[in-house]
Amino acid sequence: MIDMPDGVGIVGYGCYIPRFRIKVEEIARVWGQNPVDVKASLGIEEKSVPDRDEDTVTISVEASKNALARAGISPQSLGAVYVGSESHPYVVKPSATIVAEAIGAGPAISALDTEFACRAGSSNIVLCMGLVKAGYIDYGLAIGADTAQSRPGDALEFTAAAGGAAFIIGRKDVAAHIEGHFSYVTDTTDFWRRHGEDFPRHGARFTGKPAYFTHVREAVTGLLQKLSLTLDDFDRVVFHMPNGKFPLAMAKELEIPLEKIKDSLVVCKVGNSYSGSSLVGLCKTLDIAKAGERILLASYGSGAGSDAFAIKVNGRLDEIRNKAPKTDDYINRKEYIDYGTYAKHMNTLKGVTA
Amino acid sequence: MRVGIIGIGQTKMGEHWSKSLRDLSTEAGAMALKSAGMTASDIDGLFIGNMSAGRFVGQEHLAALAADHAGMTPIPATRCEAACASGSLAFRKAYFAILSGHHKIVMVGGSEKMTDIGATGSVGTLMGAGDQEWESSIGLTFPGLYALMAQAYMERYGLQRDELSLVPVKNHAHGVKNPYAQFRFPISVQDVAASPLVADPLRLLDCSPITDGAAAIILATEDVAKHFEKPVWVAGSGQASDTLALHDREELCRLRASEKAAQMAYIQAGVGPENIDVAEVHDCFSIAEIIAYEDLGFAKRGKGKQMLLNKDTSMGGSMPVNTDGGLKVGHPVGATGIKQLIEITRQLRGEAPNQVKDAKIGLAHNVGGSGATALVHILRRD
Amino acid sequence: MTYRSSVPLYWRLQKAKYTLVGTQCITCRSLYFPPRSVCPSCRSKGFTKQHKFTPSGTITTHTVIRTPPEGFESLAPYVIAMIKLDEGPLISGLVVDTPEKIATGKKVTAVFRKISEDGKDGIIHYGLKWKLVE
Repeated sequence: MIDMPDGVGIVGYGCYIPRFRIKVEEIARVWGQNPVDVKASLGIEEKSVPDRDEDTVTISVEASKNALARAGISPQSLGAVYVGSESHPYVVKPSATIVAEAIGAGPAISALDTEFACRAGSSNIVLCMGLVKAGYIDYGLAIGADTAQSRPGDALEFTAAAGGAAFIIGRKDVAAHIEGHFSYVTDTTDFWRRHGEDFPRHGARFTGKPAYFTHVREAVTGLLQKLSLTLDDFDRVVFHMPNGKFPLAMAKELEIPLEKIKDSLVVCKVGNSYSGSSLVGLCKTLDIAKAGERILLASYGSGAGSDAFAIKVNGRLDEIRNKAPKTDDYINRKEYIDYGTYAKHMNTLKGVTA
Repeated sequence: MRVGIIGIGQTKMGEHWSKSLRDLSTEAGAMALKSAGMTASDIDGLFIGNMSAGRFVGQEHLAALAADHAGMTPIPATRCEAACASGSLAFRKAYFAILSGHHKIVMVGGSEKMTDIGATGSVGTLMGAGDQEWESSIGLTFPGLYALMAQAYMERYGLQRDELSLVPVKNHAHGVKNPYAQFRFPISVQDVAASPLVADPLRLLDCSPITDGAAAIILATEDVAKHFEKPVWVAGSGQASDTLALHDREELCRLRASEKAAQMAYIQAGVGPENIDVAEVHDCFSIAEIIAYEDLGFAKRGKGKQMLLNKDTSMGGSMPVNTDGGLKVGHPVGATGIKQLIEITRQLRGEAPNQVKDAKIGLAHNVGGSGATALVHILRRD
Repeated sequence: MTYRSSVPLYWRLQKAKYTLVGTQCITCRSLYFPPRSVCPSCRSKGFTKQHKFTPSGTITTHTVIRTPPEGFESLAPYVIAMIKLDEGPLISGLVVDTPEKIATGKKVTAVFRKISEDGKDGIIHYGLKWKLVE
């Protein structure tokens, strides 16, 4: 049973990952930790670092341009631009309007910033699906992007990264049909940041079972029930990637074979780009998925909630995927930096004015 | 009717922590009056050249300030601005004021007080001479603009890095004897190569400094000037404009405004480049001097460096250039045009520390920004 | 508030700076970027209309700024190049690649970046920088 029988789906997609990388070894060196232990516990080798002139807005613009190139539509056809992030450059003043003007969309559009930790981007997809399904807009642009901040010396510093992905949702020339979706949210504070604070705080092990695992599991379970599907009906799986271990552990708990999820694990090489994380994983999957394959996507945002989607790829994906840089092009394009340069890029050095 | 220079005065160029803009201007003006044996009541008009006192020290309305502090009110007082060419622009306006018949004895002063806002502040303020919307806004500094010209020139004409260094080496050598210079020490090509990069390929020693200073000249009608011992006459004055932004120029390796201003001055003076005995050219950055040789007709296009290699423009050469050290040893922006004219005046009077033998005809070349304004004056003695 | 903190001063140039919209003379069809409201060749007959340029060009020369002005301190050293847009006009542009990779003749494409910001509590100025085409 398909939730969205009207053929609503992904018309275009694209991601962007900044080119700088810092290795686990380098961060571990500064804090006197054993990189072997860190890699073993987090399942990550290195993470992406934004340039000093990059932020959530610039990342969103680049990802959106890639999505537009694949969609082959004019930005004027967009009826909505939603930017989901937990690192919007302004607390008050939307990223979405800057992105819209930079890509040539609007002004007669719905533009909005959203926040739900790492889930904001996937929730933007749901918003666009609704507007398209209702016939209210022809195309909606859903973006998830972050330049994630982590407290220096905290465990999150090894994984908090920068990146983003954009999806154009529509009804015409759909390359991947979104068959259905299910959201599961509760008030579970596993990771948070108060007004005026530079860095988030988190509940350490509390971020595991009661948070990530419960919500992803419930969202996936709810989706399967709603669509009368089983996990065997899916060929590929993408989960939110806070590190390289959680998605694998979730897959193991749900008895999903490794082959179905391994290709989407971009986190090992580029880290966790928060609102971009699962969506960049989806981009990687769309880069290689074959017509007829069904993809399971489950995002996760602290606070907490998960959006699960069933996505069915069709032949049009083959026609459009080469029209913009692929996820691996960004993953493989890299330049290593040391911790001092990393601190300069992340603006954690006191007293730097500009 | 000829217009003659009858008085000159300038402050030392440098970092003047205890002297304000008004202190420097008054000092230069007083020196000029003394040198002419005149008092403030003899002056009937005042022209001031200053680029950016508003941003350097928060002061506009400079001509009124100068007239006030010199005790010259209520004479007409006017400020002229053309970035780094403000001084010679003021000079040209003073010259025209006398030619118009409305004025007899006019003082023209140039000044800039750059050090109060710090080096980074100065770099930012100087960018106002370029295009705010499309050059300044992307952090394209003045060294950057001239570096782009240098890079283009070096690629096109095969100028080598060490050959470019000959400009500041020559000018520092000349500046040693100049009591008003900010720097009075010689440098070598190796010193230039060892100085830090500012905007590739330009290094610190390729660049004129941040300087406080003021200079003043008194101009008079022929009737008045002919009674002076060694009047120096304004034989030609030329001025031209070009696009503000470097990226809008037809070519990066030449300044059309300099060429046009020079042509105007040569025609009016009835001389050619071959008649010039001594010249002050606008060496805000080393490459600017080489391009100036070509723009002013002293050297063929692309061959400017030959004059340096042959030492034609050094003391003892066929046409010494920047005998006081040029902008390299002090560039108080609004005053520069005036101090250049003062050096030529000294040369023609036989009073220069680096005296060119029998100098009869001299040229001063002053540029605003990256070439959007240029002025050329030719002075001669009887 | 100085001009550097002005919102309208930067806001009115957004279209040009975000999307490379310049102008074209209605009489001689010359293209202008940065935009000009009057064609300097045709003058009183030279009103212009908007023209969106393709964000692609070639480096004709470049420098590396090492003594930055206010607002650009921690970005130094940065590359500024003269870029000839494919459609003709020459522009000055910040290049995001490191200096040793830059050379005359290399092709560049535009990327959306932060240009500067008015301190920690002022507005952020976005615009296009340029990146070597690999």
